[in-house]
Amino acid sequence: MTSPPPSSAAAGPTVALFVTCLADLFRPTAAFAALRLLERAGCTVTVPPRQTCCGQPAFTNGDRDLARDQAWFMVEALEAELVDYVVAPSGSCASHIRHHYPALLEHDPDMVKRARHLSKKTYELTSFLVDILGWTDVEARLDATVTYHDTCSGLRELGIHDQPRALLAKVAGLDVKELSAPEECCGFGGSFTLKYPEISGRMVTDKAENIEATGADMILGGDMGCLLNIAGMLKRRGSAVQVRHVAEVLAGMTDGPAIGEPSENR
Amino acid sequence: MHVSSRQFKDNARKAVTDDNLRQSLATMKTGFRARRGEAVAALPEFEALREAGRAMKNHTLENLDHYLERFEAKVIESGGHVHWAPDAEAARRAVLGICRAHGAKLVTKGKSMVTEEIELNAFLEKNDIESVETDLGEYIIQLRQEQPSHIIAPAIHVRKSEVADLFREHHAGLPADRPLDEPRALLDEARAVLRERFLSADVGITGANMLVAETGSTVIVTNEGNGDLTQLLPRVHVVVTSIDKVVPTLEDAATVLRLLARSATGQPMATYTTLATGPRREGDPDGPAHFHVVLVDNGRSALLDSPYREVLRCIRCAACINHCPIYGAVGGHAYGSVYPGPIGSVLTPALSSLEDAGSLPNASTLCGRCEAVCPMKIPLPRMLRQWREEEVHRSLTPESARRIMTAWSFAARHPGVYRLGTSLAGRALRFLGGRRGSLRRVPLAGEWTRVRDLPAPEPGEPFMARYKRKKKP
Ligand code: SF4
Repeated sequence: MTSPPPSSAAAGPTVALFVTCLADLFRPTAAFAALRLLERAGCTVTVPPRQTCCGQPAFTNGDRDLARDQAWFMVEALEAELVDYVVAPSGSCASHIRHHYPALLEHDPDMVKRARHLSKKTYELTSFLVDILGWTDVEARLDATVTYHDTCSGLRELGIHDQPRALLAKVAGLDVKELSAPEECCGFGGSFTLKYPEISGRMVTDKAENIEATGADMILGGDMGCLLNIAGMLKRRGSAVQVRHVAEVLAGMTDGPAIGEPSENR
Repeated sequence: MHVSSRQFKDNARKAVTDDNLRQSLATMKTGFRARRGEAVAALPEFEALREAGRAMKNHTLENLDHYLERFEAKVIESGGHVHWAPDAEAARRAVLGICRAHGAKLVTKGKSMVTEEIELNAFLEKNDIESVETDLGEYIIQLRQEQPSHIIAPAIHVRKSEVADLFREHHAGLPADRPLDEPRALLDEARAVLRERFLSADVGITGANMLVAETGSTVIVTNEGNGDLTQLLPRVHVVVTSIDKVVPTLEDAATVLRLLARSATGQPMATYTTLATGPRREGDPDGPAHFHVVLVDNGRSALLDSPYREVLRCIRCAACINHCPIYGAVGGHAYGSVYPGPIGSVLTPALSSLEDAGSLPNASTLCGRCEAVCPMKIPLPRMLRQWREEEVHRSLTPESARRIMTAWSFAARHPGVYRLGTSLAGRALRFLGGRRGSLRRVPLAGEWTRVRDLPAPEPGEPFMARYKRKKKP
């Protein structure tokens, strides 16, 4: 699908926001920022109330049965039939739905049809704004030097690279510096962090060093898993670099504490 | 195949703090990766070539028996012999039989991963046949009595200064104070020592990068030229290779050649590409009097009907290894298998057992870089996940992990339970994060905080609760 269905063309498309489990628990601001951006871009946004997690943890762990149960649950919970698009502030969750839900549910003729339908209309936030809506009218300002981390699923499974940069280019006052070794994984990988902490630690140390070497005040990205990993390492190193979801900067919602930073009114 | 992958975790822990190793791996990243990148950028049709390579190899695998038989017929026609070896033991026996038939005492070897896989050197030594590696990297690790740590750069973990010390120790009769600081000096010295072995060897053993069905030729690709001397000088040439190396035509071999060197070292072509077709014919200026090919299966044909079939397209270029962040962090020896990196983590469980190699498929973030650079477009991350599914299926994963996953799954399908859980978890984590805003230590996930903090959730309820409250009039 490359353009909104004609039914909603006049009023702007309807979008269901898939919050994702990590943004829900760790970073509501990222989800509120996504909501604000979608509305500014002219979408009518709903938040399907029964949604939880896309099921990637089970899937990457090789627990296909649980991943299938979760896909089944989410196909029903996201109610994609009621909207034009489903959008998530995460490349890996959007990619999981797009690339794996239909295969996970292929045993059930009715569900596989619904899964395919959902998979075709599911997008990651920045690529949805730029590629589908052609919208880059960001009216935000931030006087800072930032760098951007391309997360693996976003970059390699969904081709997300230029879209966040195109949007960031419209933020007044912002200076974007590129990371060296930009295609290198940060070492997150879900339960990989728990199974192989030393390797994961080595990888995220390299990433943190590259981030610090840019001289940026802030590192942005589009996937909460990677951002939690990177923020955790920067914090451990005592680094002053802030970590935020890219949507927060685009929506002008950077007043609160950055990821892993203390707040005054706990 | 001897595999010690059960120790992967311990090996990895030591490897990440090994400064020597880190320096070697850093060179690999800047070297191999950068050169491959430049070579690919310089060839506009590289993507089309990958697609062509993939299609050609798929076709070959669909007709594998046909092309192997064709290859065999052509080898026989040109005066050579083909030995079918269903497993490593049969392959070793076949090689020993040939050596014995020719009364061989000394064997020279070109670089071959299949002979590493079947542990040929140790077997020949046990049977009183001296076997000398002639590829510089292989020669170094043979002197060090190690396994290769990389499939195209077997001694990549060894520093130059260590090689100099090694040569001083092993090369008797040379001045002790000779300068060995330059790579060139090391190569020259190895060559001088090996020259005499080349000339006195009874049998030369090489691998093959490809087998050409239409001509019965074997193809080797090297940068040192040692492979040519190995296969031309002795009276007997034995090619030890695996059944997945066959391609239908010379044209197809050219497709693979164009992909191989670019993906491996960033060269348009390797320095030497050599075809061997049968023994020396009348009028040939040189070549062996006897030509044998040992075709090793060792678990490969069983992959044809498995979810891992596509791994048989592999041309062993090592691009996936060179770009793997896990390999880049721990090096090759940690894997405990002659095939390290992503290709190794897919192949090793297949060639040994999932019980022995199970940690390898888990040692990946599934970042996808291997698949992105693989010239044969092998979906390595999908296969790593597939092995994980098999582990769960066969109850090889820890019971505790499985229980946590089941509990999580239950909650994730019951929004009421889930909301309560996230709300409590958020509160607990924020409490533990205290004024720091992040946790130095976290119950149940201590592995996470062993190396980094866990950021606490931001203040307030989870998004879903806040959104619901906001929506209420
Ligand atoms: S899997 Fe692909 S990238 Fe890795 S060695 Fe084989 S052909 Fe090369």
